[in-house]
Amino acid sequence: MNVLYFAWVRERIGLPKEKIETNATTVNELIAELRGREERYEAAFADLSALRVAIDQELSDFDSPLEGAQEVAFFPPMTGG
Amino acid sequence: MRVTVQEAPFDYGQEAESFANGRHDMGAIVTFAGIVRDVAGGLDVMEIEHYPGMTEKALEKIAAEAVERWSLGDALIIHRYGRMGAGEKIMMVATAARHRKDAFEAAEYLMDYLKSRAPFWKKEHTAQDAGWVAARDEDEAALDRW
Repeated sequence: MNVLYFAWVRERIGLPKEKIETNATTVNELIAELRGREERYEAAFADLSALRVAIDQELSDFDSPLEGAQEVAFFPPMTGG
Repeated sequence: MRVTVQEAPFDYGQEAESFANGRHDMGAIVTFAGIVRDVAGGLDVMEIEHYPGMTEKALEKIAAEAVERWSLGDALIIHRYGRMGAGEKIMMVATAARHRKDAFEAAEYLMDYLKSRAPFWKKEHTAQDAGWVAARDEDEAALDRW
């Protein structure tokens, strides 16, 4: 699965994209797995209220299932316009 | 309906003119442009990051919803990414409807949704430092009226 990071999430983790082999069944499980990896992930995912998630380029929830997902993206609330 | 996401500047006058041209059944055209604003003074560059692929999909969905809801004759969204200076145009929307109320409302709807549902992030660079622009609660609350 491709995991993408944008804006300060990308800066905090230090990369825009990575391929992850995971058995996580929900976004929350994936986050728990990432947080356990290294301090920079822990820092990026410390406050979930400051984060949004998209599964296959559709805004989703943290309890959404990951079954069949190709691409998961984490980013802060959007500031377009 | 047209959605364009690009790094290069666009010609607002020309886009507005060509959007308005040749419509015989639409009595109202509304156009809106968003401009890079130097809020605190000292802005060097506004940097806009986006999520290629999702951005286009999100904007197309928002535009299609506006066309459907207000029976628009047409809708246009142009949004830039990359680095730009104060005074530069970041984006524009245009709507064409039979009557002005629909054209105005649909343009506001496009703006409200693309502010907090299209994956763009702004970062302000000054001579001293750089920081990501925080999303505003009012922008999220603005969606409730639709």
